[in-house]
Amino acid sequence: MRKLFPVLLAMMGVLLASVAMGKDITLLNVSYDPTRELYRQINTAFVAQWKAQHGDSVTVQMSHGGSGKQARSVVDGLPADVVTLALGYDIDALADHGLVAKNWQQRLPDNATPYTSTIVFLVRKGNPKGIKDWADLVKPGVQVVTPNPKSSGGARWNFLAAWGYALKQPAGNDDKAKAFVRELYKHVPVLDTGARGATNTFVQRGIGDVLIAWENEALLARQQLGKDKFEIVVPSITILAEPPVAVVDANADKHGTRAVAEAYVQFLYSPQGQEIAAKNYYRPRLADVAARYASQFPTTHTFTVDELFGGWRKAQARFFNDGGVFDQLGPGS
Amino acid sequence: MNPAVGRRKPGLTRRLVRLALILLALVFLLLFLVLPLAAVFVEAFRQGVEPYLESIRQPEALSAIRLTLLVAAIAVPLNVVFGVAAAWAMTRFEFRGKALLGALIDLPFSVSPVISGLVYVLLFGAQGWFGPWLEAHGVKIIFAVPGLVLATVFITLPFVARELIPLMQSQGSEEEQAARVLGASGWQMFFRVTLPNIRWALLYGVLLCNARAMGEFGAVSVVSGHIRGLTTTMPLEVEMRYNEYDYVGAFAVASLLALLALLTLGIKTLLEWRYGDELAAHAPGGH
Repeated sequence: MRKLFPVLLAMMGVLLASVAMGKDITLLNVSYDPTRELYRQINTAFVAQWKAQHGDSVTVQMSHGGSGKQARSVVDGLPADVVTLALGYDIDALADHGLVAKNWQQRLPDNATPYTSTIVFLVRKGNPKGIKDWADLVKPGVQVVTPNPKSSGGARWNFLAAWGYALKQPAGNDDKAKAFVRELYKHVPVLDTGARGATNTFVQRGIGDVLIAWENEALLARQQLGKDKFEIVVPSITILAEPPVAVVDANADKHGTRAVAEAYVQFLYSPQGQEIAAKNYYRPRLADVAARYASQFPTTHTFTVDELFGGWRKAQARFFNDGGVFDQLGPGS
Repeated sequence: MNPAVGRRKPGLTRRLVRLALILLALVFLLLFLVLPLAAVFVEAFRQGVEPYLESIRQPEALSAIRLTLLVAAIAVPLNVVFGVAAAWAMTRFEFRGKALLGALIDLPFSVSPVISGLVYVLLFGAQGWFGPWLEAHGVKIIFAVPGLVLATVFITLPFVARELIPLMQSQGSEEEQAARVLGASGWQMFFRVTLPNIRWALLYGVLLCNARAMGEFGAVSVVSGHIRGLTTTMPLEVEMRYNEYDYVGAFAVASLLALLALLTLGIKTLLEWRYGDELAAHAPGGH
């Protein structure tokens, strides 16, 4: 036993040395469609920070796709350590399969949403139809482009934003909201299946007078497709779009990556992470970062899904499931 | 044109009809083939040569090209082996269930690619039949390269067999039997008699199979998981970039895919031009 002790000590020494020299860690972040540039920058910054603090070399792999499809893939075994999706309902689906703790939204600040966006209008140069607010969308002769909320997560935000606007008007109630939203969808010439398709319809095919879109995507699209062709109109009141993040507990524990995964999602809340989010057109949560980017994000009144609809599970069941409110909007109902 | 004139000058009517048909075919080709193809290249080079090169030099693009070629390099040889074996069985032997085999070979043509992909997810996914066992043994199929290969093999399964079967049926087995009677071994017969007889149909099948393997989208999209640099093939990379508003990047990768397809088409045309008579005599109508 006495002879063993120095050997053990030496072994521990070697072990410690190897830890100090750093490990190679791979993290998989399963995200939704247009977050590539955002996470390219986040990953570079995070990897450098972790290397400096812990000495490990982290590689962050990315997967991008429609939010609902991405959640489905994680349920089917896509080994995500972290998910950064478009709506809480998709992470709830992971929680239902035991991959993420049920209280995932309480484990991180701000509803587990480190950055937000909002629903705005993209209109053609000069705003020829004079669109200023939601009420202008149902004026005669105005064509609105928005995807089908049955198939598109992004379109559900659009729907709820319109509903919330009508509800928050003086003497607003559910019946008036329903009437307004029904009228709004009568102005939609094409119901695309996804947000990307809707943008395409509006931008490439030149259909419609106004595209209802996420603010970050509208800014990104305008940046990529021509600042001189489109204008962004922020309505008086709109929904606070909260794309949430979570560590996928089951996978992170299995891969032994929990510490890095948690640091990664925390990094999104750091001043550096918030700055990167703002640069990529997401509204930051930190007040001083927000102040610096104030010119990019006009002030508007916002409401959340939780405040007005009691969370995504309830909103989904009430509005978008089969036989829900959206299905009742059709002609003849 | 009134019928009386037509009757007096039958040659003119025929020439007009011929001209109209040729024009119609050309206009269709121009509208539905040439124009979209040209659009791909125009969009890819919209911001100039430098952004184009930049976007295909990115590590994700390079890895997508590598992965696409790797998947095709595994799927095509597998299909050659299967195709020849299946065609041999179908045309040289009589056995129970032959009709069933013939129908099964065609199955991938009739099933939507997305469904084929989903079937593999249902089998090997975490919630699938074999998922828990595979996970316990650390085997990754779905959302990894094996899944992409499986899906591609499934989708391209019929190409080689469907090219060979009609040809081998029409050729019959007399030459092979003669070879055996003259003392050739089984392998000698295959390499000296059968293979030379079917080589052009086989090559034709390989080219079609290869084109489809590289271009397949639906099935691989379902089993890929879209992990950048790991499980995204070129068609998936095109879609992802497009969804990220990276038009130049999307069309740049699309242009490479189009070039690969054009290369395949070029090889096929070259073969048809050089060996036109031989192919015309044997080749069944392609798919």
